[in-house]
Amino acid sequence: MRSAALALLLLAGLAAGCTSDLSPRRVEIHIHYSHFDPSQLSVQRGVAVTFVLINEDPIDHEWLIGDAAFHERHRTGTEANHGARPNEISIAALQTVETTLTFGSPGTLHYICHMPGHEAYGMVGTLTIT
Amino acid sequence: MRRLTAPLAALVVTLALAAPTLACGGLIGPNGAVNLLRTTTLAGYHDGVEHYITAFQFAGGGGKFGSITPLPGIPTSVVRGGDWTLQRLVRETNPPSPLAFEAAGAADSRAIVLQQVRIDALDITILKGGGAEIGVWAKDHGFSLPPDAPEVLDFYANRSPIFMAASFDADAAAGRGQAVGDGTPVHLTIPTKNPWVPLRILALGKTAIETIQADVYLLTDDRPALLPDPGSKLSAGGLKLTHSDAASAQLLTDLRTDKGMEWVPQSAWLTKIEIDAAASTLRFDLAIDASGAGKPSLRDAGFAPFGPLPAPPSWTPLWVMLLAVSFAIPLGGARLLASAARNGGGTPLAG
Repeated sequence: MRSAALALLLLAGLAAGCTSDLSPRRVEIHIHYSHFDPSQLSVQRGVAVTFVLINEDPIDHEWLIGDAAFHERHRTGTEANHGARPNEISIAALQTVETTLTFGSPGTLHYICHMPGHEAYGMVGTLTIT
Repeated sequence: MRRLTAPLAALVVTLALAAPTLACGGLIGPNGAVNLLRTTTLAGYHDGVEHYITAFQFAGGGGKFGSITPLPGIPTSVVRGGDWTLQRLVRETNPPSPLAFEAAGAADSRAIVLQQVRIDALDITILKGGGAEIGVWAKDHGFSLPPDAPEVLDFYANRSPIFMAASFDADAAAGRGQAVGDGTPVHLTIPTKNPWVPLRILALGKTAIETIQADVYLLTDDRPALLPDPGSKLSAGGLKLTHSDAASAQLLTDLRTDKGMEWVPQSAWLTKIEIDAAASTLRFDLAIDASGAGKPSLRDAGFAPFGPLPAPPSWTPLWVMLLAVSFAIPLGGARLLASAARNGGGTPLAG
């Protein structure tokens, strides 16, 4: 009787593991000493992900997520503040900002701070969409 | 790259388009360009008081620039420096040739403002606070900090929460009739147990491969013990001892007769250290033990556990030991062997 119940629980667990979880997800990204933590993330396509961007530094930062062409544009951009688009966020010193995104297709995107010198200093992260 | 002479360094940030030279640091322009010009600074130490003298040189242009310098303690005075002290020191260690003579003819809380002084076109503020507090104060006052500033400010604030912020008003300098190249010397008097010279801040805002070049002058009662030891090829970390000798009576007399330099003692030891290091390696400061105890502090130098780098090896290099042994055995020098082994510990360090 006891072993049958255990087998049932295992099956339930396996079934749960096989099911795609499309419920909204919340991810914290800390910014400390001008680096993203974590700098590697993986999310499922079609899932709404709320990114909580916590700037622990006394200087301003940005969190811009997109493909290579997107970042190339922003490397030479002149927009002082971001926020109108959910994938382009400015985070003032010691502030926290939330943004929610849903990614439609699998692939790899990068999140980068394009303030002068920050990308070269290592403010780069990678988001894998499965 | 031109050499920058600088003991107490500056974290240099910009507000506008002017190009004044701020003591001891790189000048980071709005376009990311870094300009370095030669400045001269002295860290003198006598009777438990550090005398920090540096110059802010006007290099033309307009607008405002700022710098933040970590300090070992709270200054009891911040005044305009003397007129020729810095130039006299340069001449002492770099005597010009006769030909040259002819040719030249807070996080949640706020930083505490301890003092505010106006010297010529410089607005100087002495601040107390943690790294985040100083960073916020700087941001609120228009300073644009580079990405490595949060870590560097913490590196200093964890050991000494005192900073000097200097804002240079180039328009005011031009209005005062200051010509390009004119310097404004600043003299800080800082009671402290032992002086130290912030070097890491020289690399602020620089890329890893950029070279930092600076000269550091020390004037102490006795020959100081230093960490890292600029006399050691093994552990100098880009520091080179280029002058270490009893200061000449003429030099001391000359210095003493300058404005505010009455403190210069009758005898002193003059040290000059040249720095030539990649920005990525300059992640420590220069600890000075002027007490005669020969124990420069790990904390003052910012080595682990007070900073990211371990202290350099303090033991005698292996080849020196082998050389000592090879001489000692033929001579039957058991005493010499023992002595070499005893001396292998190098300069003792204080935490």
